[in-house]
Amino acid sequence: MAIMKKDEAEPVLRLDGISIRFGDVVANDNISFELKEGEIVALLGENGAGKTSLMNILFGHYVADSGTVQAFGNSLPPGDPAAALTAGIGMVHQHFTLADQMSVLENIILGTEPLFSLRQNRAAARKRIKSLSTDFGLQVDPDSAITDLSVGERQRVEILKALYRDVRILILDEPTAVLTPGETEALFATLHKLVANGLSIIFISHKLHEVLAVSDRVIVLRGGKLVKTVPTGTATRSQLAGLMMGAELEETEFPGGEPRSVMLELSSITTQRSPGRPALDGIELRLSAGEITGVAGVSGNGQATLAAIIEGGQRPDKGTILINGEPQEGWSARRALACNIGRIPEDRHAIGMIGEMTVTENVISERYGSDRFSRYGILDQRACEEFAEAIIRDYDVKCPSPDIRVRLLSGGNMQKLILARAFDGNPEIILANQPTRGLDIGAVNYVHRKLIEARDKGAAILLISEDLDEIRALSDRIVVMSKGRLSPPSARGELSIAELGERMAGRGDVWEDQKSGGGKYAA
Amino acid sequence: MEAFEILLNASFWVAAIRIASPLIFATMGELISERAGVLNLGIEGIMTVGAFVGWFTVYAGGGLWFGVCAAALAGAAFGLLHGFLTVPLGLSQHVTGIGITLLATSLTYFSYRLLLPEVTSPPKIEAFAPFAIPVLSDIPLIGPALFAQTPLTYLAFITVGIVAWGLYRTPAGLAVRVVGENPAAVEAQGISVTLIRMAAVATGSALMAIGGAFLTMSAFNSFFFEMINGRGWICIALVVFGSWRPGKALLGAILFAAFDAYQIRLQQVAGDLVPYQVFLMLPYILSILALIAVARRATYPKALMIPYQKGER
Repeated sequence: MAIMKKDEAEPVLRLDGISIRFGDVVANDNISFELKEGEIVALLGENGAGKTSLMNILFGHYVADSGTVQAFGNSLPPGDPAAALTAGIGMVHQHFTLADQMSVLENIILGTEPLFSLRQNRAAARKRIKSLSTDFGLQVDPDSAITDLSVGERQRVEILKALYRDVRILILDEPTAVLTPGETEALFATLHKLVANGLSIIFISHKLHEVLAVSDRVIVLRGGKLVKTVPTGTATRSQLAGLMMGAELEETEFPGGEPRSVMLELSSITTQRSPGRPALDGIELRLSAGEITGVAGVSGNGQATLAAIIEGGQRPDKGTILINGEPQEGWSARRALACNIGRIPEDRHAIGMIGEMTVTENVISERYGSDRFSRYGILDQRACEEFAEAIIRDYDVKCPSPDIRVRLLSGGNMQKLILARAFDGNPEIILANQPTRGLDIGAVNYVHRKLIEARDKGAAILLISEDLDEIRALSDRIVVMSKGRLSPPSARGELSIAELGERMAGRGDVWEDQKSGGGKYAA
Repeated sequence: MEAFEILLNASFWVAAIRIASPLIFATMGELISERAGVLNLGIEGIMTVGAFVGWFTVYAGGGLWFGVCAAALAGAAFGLLHGFLTVPLGLSQHVTGIGITLLATSLTYFSYRLLLPEVTSPPKIEAFAPFAIPVLSDIPLIGPALFAQTPLTYLAFITVGIVAWGLYRTPAGLAVRVVGENPAAVEAQGISVTLIRMAAVATGSALMAIGGAFLTMSAFNSFFFEMINGRGWICIALVVFGSWRPGKALLGAILFAAFDAYQIRLQQVAGDLVPYQVFLMLPYILSILALIAVARRATYPKALMIPYQKGER
């Protein structure tokens, strides 16, 4: 009966023939769909399929080249977020739009009062936020500063921002990307409560199981086009994957590695807390040759500091780094390179590559001082270019010439250059920090194969990733990072997703044991 | 001992507050602008404009308060120029600001020559006179310093209150603070980033110009070249010293002014022992030390100096 009722409902939102181009890229190509009252529609597609562009047009951040948006029967003026909000559309952005130094309350009431009124009614606002929090299971203290909140809490603030304005349509852009499995469950519960209250929801994701779990209907986008709309009840995982990629999903099962001697050892590594980064607290970690160690956890729990220490970008306040059993003095990025540590940095745009420099310049950037590429302080242009050309050939990088600027390459091709640079000279230790973030499935598979290849050649690999599926697929051993502490390792397949989720949230037996036991992991 | 007795002298405190007044105006102006995420290095030039416009309006026969308003409007105009170049066009705030300072200063000197071709020594105007507030001004030490000043000094203190209240207690102030932290948050709530930033820069520049006008209309009573003499740059430092908070910035301005007033008097006491340039340096050295001590842990507006382009990928 419930399904019947939904079918009869009037559309609350209608997108008609939306198209937008960015340069040569068609991000959205003539997309039309409707959203009905009380419905959760999932917008499924790979990175770059046009999901976020479409929603940014709907919300007025971008102006479409053509097409119209109608909410509750009225056309929305293009490029005007204020009009979208007034029409009852709220958006929870993938990258939160919060002011970190301000309180929850301030973030929520921003823009809800006439700009030039002379006073604010904070007491009433606080009361309303509290009642919304309890009604929809979005617990958060209105007076705490955003910077003190966890990622999950920040997302609740984003949802509260929309609810505070009485939105009838809520768009969530990749809301689960930053959540632990437990927090994801709580979010889904909230979404169901909202729908029961008559809201309509658009849920953007590229994760199949979530889409299947939460939505009523799935709209699949591929390459900027709307491929198909499927009722969730009849959809299957492989069908959706096929639609999303235009090919059947190969779910490769990677064989396990054969661990050999310990290459890198971190012993009671401790650091101070710094802005945006929690303190590391007695980190113990051993990386063995021929083995991938996966670090699971929600970003911001100390992974960045851990990576910085292994890369040599930061020295621990206490603790020892041992390479091949030898304690390291005067640890630095230069030492790390000399110890043959290959690095795949977290943010390929900010740190991994220099967008305004050429492919050649980028690939030699770790070794330009070596005899291979320079003599008497002068670069050997020919050797550099040959090296770049070899990489382009061997790694199948799609780029017209080694002289073009890296900025013009796609994310996947940029990542191939980073892999090539990191794997040059067969590193004994590889730090792969979020190696597949933002890549499409083809590129992800490529990176995964290359990592397994390197492992089989005998590299000791540390894989830091937010993507639990990736961690579970590649890692021979899994450690979980939470609040600057590292759990003891578990073997591949030893823990279920739920158990890993508990650890990611800093709960579960392992943390309790550590507290009471007072052992080497103890706080 | 004489060096200490200076501090007990009412005339020292009167001078300190007088020296602080233009700094307070301009610091509040810079603070509003930076809180919205726009560094305004045009401050030195905008103060010059304010000093000239305020003074010339009165010289040409306008009323004193009319002169203050004219100075504010001229400042706001240069603020709008700086805002237009840095906010919608997203140009470098450093380069634009220095350009504004050079432009505003030169334009002022040019106008001065044009409007007063025959003048050799700058003419004086009938400036703001001190106004002693009854009863309060009779309090020893504090009375003359705080309650026997010119109306513009009182306005400076009132401005600090208005800025603090405006930033922390009104929706517009909240929007200004958020736009300096994360402009995307402002846009996502349906407010125009450009509008808020432009308004903040223009308002701030108006205050800077009033700060400049104080010098010609309440201190020296006439306009001469180079009279701003780095006061604008000091205000940039005072904003950092005050951790972008109006109250702390006020404190910084008074502290700096007190150093300045103190060194003048110390010169007389110390006589020929030390070259007077050393005393001139003193406030600046102390303010650098104060910056090191106070401002290293300051939480600056996260989006300061970062242009925001709508819909940028």
